[in-house]
Amino acid sequence: MNERSSKTPLLTARDLTLRFGRIAALDGVDLDIHPGEVVAIVGESGSGKTTLLRVLSGLMRPDAGEVSYLGQDVLGMSEAARRRLMRTEWGFVHQNPRDGLRMAVSAGGNIGERLMATGARHYGNIREQASHWLTRVEIDPARMDEVPAKFSGGMQQRLQIARTLVTLPKLVFMDEPTGGLDVSVQARLLDLIRALVADLGLAVLIVTHDIAAARLLAHRMLVMRHGVVVESGLTDRVLDDPQHPYTQLLVSSVLAA
Amino acid sequence: MTHDPGYNFAYLDESTKRMIRRAILKAVAIPGHQVPFGSREMPLPYGWGTGGIQVTAAVLGPADVLKVIDQGSDDTTNAVSIRAFFRRTAGIATTESTEAATIIQTRHRIPERKLREDQILVYQVPIPEPLGRLEPRIAETRRMHAMADYGLMHVKLYEDIARHGHIATSYSYPVMVNGRYLMSPSPIPAFDNPKMDQMPALQLFGAGREKRIYAVPPYTSVKSLDFDDHPFRPIRAPHVCELCGSGDTYLDEVLTDDVGGRIFVCSDTDFCSERQAMKEAAE
Amino acid sequence: MSISLATEGLSKEFRLHLQGDVRIPVLADVDFSVAPGECVALAGPSGAGKSTLMRCLYGNYGAGSGRILIRHRGELVDLAAADPMLVREIRRETLGYVSQFLRVIPRIGARDIVAEPLRARGVPAGAALARATELLTRLNLPARLHDLPPATFSGGEQQRINLARGFAADYPVLLLDEPTASLDPVNRQVVVTLIAEAKARGAALIGIFHDTQIRDQVADRLFEVLPIQDAA
Repeated sequence: MNERSSKTPLLTARDLTLRFGRIAALDGVDLDIHPGEVVAIVGESGSGKTTLLRVLSGLMRPDAGEVSYLGQDVLGMSEAARRRLMRTEWGFVHQNPRDGLRMAVSAGGNIGERLMATGARHYGNIREQASHWLTRVEIDPARMDEVPAKFSGGMQQRLQIARTLVTLPKLVFMDEPTGGLDVSVQARLLDLIRALVADLGLAVLIVTHDIAAARLLAHRMLVMRHGVVVESGLTDRVLDDPQHPYTQLLVSSVLAA
Repeated sequence: MTHDPGYNFAYLDESTKRMIRRAILKAVAIPGHQVPFGSREMPLPYGWGTGGIQVTAAVLGPADVLKVIDQGSDDTTNAVSIRAFFRRTAGIATTESTEAATIIQTRHRIPERKLREDQILVYQVPIPEPLGRLEPRIAETRRMHAMADYGLMHVKLYEDIARHGHIATSYSYPVMVNGRYLMSPSPIPAFDNPKMDQMPALQLFGAGREKRIYAVPPYTSVKSLDFDDHPFRPIRAPHVCELCGSGDTYLDEVLTDDVGGRIFVCSDTDFCSERQAMKEAAE
Repeated sequence: MSISLATEGLSKEFRLHLQGDVRIPVLADVDFSVAPGECVALAGPSGAGKSTLMRCLYGNYGAGSGRILIRHRGELVDLAAADPMLVREIRRETLGYVSQFLRVIPRIGARDIVAEPLRARGVPAGAALARATELLTRLNLPARLHDLPPATFSGGEQQRINLARGFAADYPVLLLDEPTASLDPVNRQVVVTLIAEAKARGAALIGIFHDTQIRDQVADRLFEVLPIQDAA
């Protein structure tokens, strides 16, 4: 059944190591992500979680270790091949929507870019897709021709998600996607991500220091400290029955909502 | 005719010409790819054709007949000066006739008359990078060319349609060369783009300030980017030429008085006068 | 006798690193089993570890040692040793859990929350929502509330959503942690009926029932969970 086939991981990382001078940003990190699985990486600032995201997505080279995506060696692949992945089967959602959007290009153009980059050449179809995706991320399609600079922070982030998901990627990297947003806006965005991920069967690797967000979104969780994954497992087990002293500290520091 | 003995043939020294020819050969070998070259200081200002003039100097031989046009016209200051420059420094023959020329240096137009295999068209290029206005980082545009990552260019056309209802780019309209490299055709009107496709003549492009040479070899595919449902359309003023009556050439609008009077005439002066002569002969 | 769920030598202790590394043993060598169509009530004084046992059975707490065998896709699988992927699969198909408290997901309507486990199994939206409506109606949740997010609902209303969610998906094994604590007598009887129906279709149920009257109505037998010093 499909369950059995999904036992083959989408992305696999083995023994990733990266040092910045005397500081170990990654110290022997192993990781598997399966199709349809949402994995959260939590930990305090400087724990290496963003570095891990950058290494896994091929943006940064580790000193040692392996990353493979469906059997392809990510670190060894040509830049052309990696870019192709990045605009088709992968997506990256940045904390700051300005890093992921073209601020001078209309919302429709932002969503259409990945389609055009992969060969879409029918203006009407691109508009239709853009309109569909704006609706899915709860932006009025009538605003399709406005530039994102006119949008609120939450809308910009939703637009960035639409722009990323339009090619139906298999794997999406998210770096603190709710980071700069008001709490009320955060909840809405998290809920939207949760629904989209479930509907589309996406695999998502999400870096966050928001434990509540991780509980809501992630099936599995990795806790990082000083470049080391100190604990990992089912999200509810890691949070409700933490084993490592650092995880216990992290969980006990969260205000109960 | 002989050239001014105070200058090397065609102004540039032989090593420089060889260097430029090597760049041209490379450019011909990789159609549409911008090849860097050691652009020299020329005795005219940037923007007046320093790139085109160096390319012309490098390919010019004593037997060549040179035509220079500026916006289609043979008699503007720029065209007249460049012809005079090569008459003096190379002693070659010059002409205003497209048919008689072996090398045509141009600014912002392609002649209306179909060019032949034994002709070379040299374009003066102010800005060779078609992605520059969309992606300011040069290293990134280089990478985009290397990866053929051209989605962004279509985003620009998309934005045109979204804002104006049609593709509003009317000159420097980007083209795909040989199905591989995105290229700026230089600021020729989009009307001229179709002439580049499968042209029998060799097309060379020189950008002096930006130090780039690129080329389209004879009979190479040159396609203007577009959308299936918004196909590329060469646009011209919907008039006929006041002088020769042509209804299918690129027209300039000319003001005739200060009370709003205006006429449309062919931008290609040689083509227009040829047609006028034929009309007179027929009458 | 065939087994739906069994533990073998299940032990669990908590180690509190932040409180001077204190160790709190809660379960030691727990052996019990539940058969299809059977409802076992966990009994024992408060603090004896009934809830801990329940959470271990759901995989929410990791087992310290021992095995937790569950019949999943026809075979006995050790939940205590299962990787997260397998635990998720077991929870999706075989093992349900009705907790005392509803973990509210912002902005999602009650009906969708109830339908979610069925949707996760690939049941079409229409059928899943129809089943959700059926359960919510049986549990007397007013129809006007069905599509509202339950964040502002009363404790009893939230508990009924939890119950509907747990019973809608017809799990072969269902864990019930104080399922009737905040319910009125009418709805308690609905729960009794739901449990009887689940047993009739062959489900194994394990429950903690504060209300002994309800417990005696639904439980086939009791399993005593004793504080460790007493058990030893």
